[in-house]
Amino acid sequence: MTFELETASAPETLRRVAIDPVSRVEGHGKVTILLDDSNRVHQVRLHIVEFRGFEKFIQGRPYWEVPVMVQRLCGICPVSHHLAASKALDMMLGVRQLTPTAEKIRRLMHYGQILQSHALHFFHLASPDLLFGFGSDLAQRNIVGVAAAHPEIARKGVLLRKFGQEVIRMTAGKRVHGTGSVPGGVNKSLAPEERAALLKDIYQMVAWSRDAVGMVRQLFEQNLAEYNAFGRFRAAGMCLVRSDGAMDLYHGGLRARDVEGKTLFDHFDYGRYWDVIAEDVKPWSYMKFPFFKSLGPEGGSYRVGPLTRVTQCDSIPTPLADHEREEFMAYDGGSVTGATLGYHWARMIEMLHAAENIKDLLHDDDISGHDLMATGTRQERGVGVIEAPRGTLIHHYRVDENDLVIRANLIVSTTHNNQAMNTAVREVAKQYLDGVEITEGLLNHIEIAIRAFDPCLSCATHALGQMPLEVAIVGADGTVIDAATRDHRGLVREIQKIRAIT
Amino acid sequence: MNIFQLDGEDIPFRAGQTVMQAATRHGVYIPHLCWHPDFAAHGSCKLCTVKVNGRFGSACTLEAQPGMNVENRTTELDDKRRTMLQMFFVEGNHFCPSCEKSGNCALQATAYELKMMSPHFDMFYPDRPVDASHPDVLLDFNRCIMCSLCVTASREVDGKHVFAMGGRGILGRRIHINSESGKLADTDFALTDRAASICPVGVILEKRRGFAVPIGERKYDKSPISAQVKEKAP
Repeated sequence: MTFELETASAPETLRRVAIDPVSRVEGHGKVTILLDDSNRVHQVRLHIVEFRGFEKFIQGRPYWEVPVMVQRLCGICPVSHHLAASKALDMMLGVRQLTPTAEKIRRLMHYGQILQSHALHFFHLASPDLLFGFGSDLAQRNIVGVAAAHPEIARKGVLLRKFGQEVIRMTAGKRVHGTGSVPGGVNKSLAPEERAALLKDIYQMVAWSRDAVGMVRQLFEQNLAEYNAFGRFRAAGMCLVRSDGAMDLYHGGLRARDVEGKTLFDHFDYGRYWDVIAEDVKPWSYMKFPFFKSLGPEGGSYRVGPLTRVTQCDSIPTPLADHEREEFMAYDGGSVTGATLGYHWARMIEMLHAAENIKDLLHDDDISGHDLMATGTRQERGVGVIEAPRGTLIHHYRVDENDLVIRANLIVSTTHNNQAMNTAVREVAKQYLDGVEITEGLLNHIEIAIRAFDPCLSCATHALGQMPLEVAIVGADGTVIDAATRDHRGLVREIQKIRAIT
Repeated sequence: MNIFQLDGEDIPFRAGQTVMQAATRHGVYIPHLCWHPDFAAHGSCKLCTVKVNGRFGSACTLEAQPGMNVENRTTELDDKRRTMLQMFFVEGNHFCPSCEKSGNCALQATAYELKMMSPHFDMFYPDRPVDASHPDVLLDFNRCIMCSLCVTASREVDGKHVFAMGGRGILGRRIHINSESGKLADTDFALTDRAASICPVGVILEKRRGFAVPIGERKYDKSPISAQVKEKAP
């Protein structure tokens, strides 16, 4: 199956424009665009060089090492891998119910992760586009520009992230790549002084998270038509929900809805995820394309993450976030719920939900308990699913009788969103790039569509400001006609009129 | 009382004590990996090399003598020790980020002590399969530094002769298991053996216990390896 604008019929006759790497996302990705002589768009592809090898090199390793090792997939949301692996190995150990302390410490760790990751994405990576405009001055369109023009917003972003990282440090032992969650439970609870330190600041974090939701709403109000139309497409979706249908980012059953909103499966036991999900491969991409089996690879692609979670859950079990969800769902007759940029709004609602959850857990004495581990009857395999900041994350392991991992399968959030991100950039290409002369500002529109999904392309490092970018125009004979580069300071050294060259 | 000088400090000793024994008893740290206070010195890792009256010698095998002038933590010696540590790291597969011995590992603690910032040399990446056959103990040979302490402990304390050194060359030399199959499961090794708790690195591990101790409470989280020698001194 080839989607619209996925594969051009005669690519050898077209010019190629590449955004490589895509900036202000986690890791490295590139977008290639094929244009004809009239600058009409014929092909758009998002390529991601995903992490390779973890599924292979954890084979032969002892299972208790896995939650610590696999979290090295990422430096932004390692807690998600840490917890998904732990949950899978809980199941392998036959632990069906953690101790109250273990479950609440893990949840606390996870909500700290959601808070810091969402704050990082919105304030550091996405807000420059939204505050200054999609095609605004390149020199300003970065976090340094935000700090200069809106110092209070930048400060909140930094401190929200810092708080989330402190929650992680106190539950996992380190801000990044801790060891707190182990198969069957956790290795520490919170000391009284740790609880007191977090309680001192949590109310401010809840208030700032509310402000952040209000800020996104305001941005939508100011630019409703553009935000609603930007990269818009109809998509199916999947997420975990609690047994009563409420949002639960740590545990639940799988809920999936098609593009019409019709339920495909609900409260599905993720321990048999392979009964409802399969993965397609494309010759041009290293990353697989998951799809719902019941709809097939042609019509079964879906998206995951904040927008899907907020729109597919029946409620959010914290009052402030649930109120904001209701506002979001009702806003402009519900139009925003289908907008690609609605991800930002939904993401901030989730950040508020995480902050409220942290507050509630800090008041729960179980987080200072001493009963940390549970046991069960050993199974051959285990599946762990968690709602990571970027979406549904699946870990699946088989362990032999000597305690060594013999098979592993990981389906990460960004993989679920592969087709959705490709569709979004194609929609943007049609809307903004088709038939016009390409400029840096227009290319940034493509990146804005990708950023909405907050893809985790690799790990932790982010340059402050623009990452290097190169756009090359290649003629039909394969020769480079022209190239424009953007250096690490965000300065474009050369960009020529494409029409003039061709 | 017998006295020798170690980095300008008077170190008292009893006749027959080595420089290492006397220094350790006095709370002075001499970097080492293969030496253990409960066993006779092996003298193989060479990390404890000191300069005595201008000549190099292993502190763990060198008998203390009155009036010796011993150099220990000099820039010259620590530079050489750091280089030896780097060789230890590249000869095995030491991946501290996912190693359950991290924070409790003498090799890692010594590397921190000597401010080793990188392996410097190209990694050897030797192929050393783990032995997970035993129901209670995992052997991860990737981290073996050939200190022989398990060989000695099994032979001298446990009386079992479970381990032996064998093979030749950097990649050929390794710990062998004394059973027909070569597997630990086919020996009488037990978790209660002295050899089960002697490994200074992450080779001999109790199964299903990894990462049970949180970060901050592990052995070397509390104080550096050199400070711990001082703290333990009588």
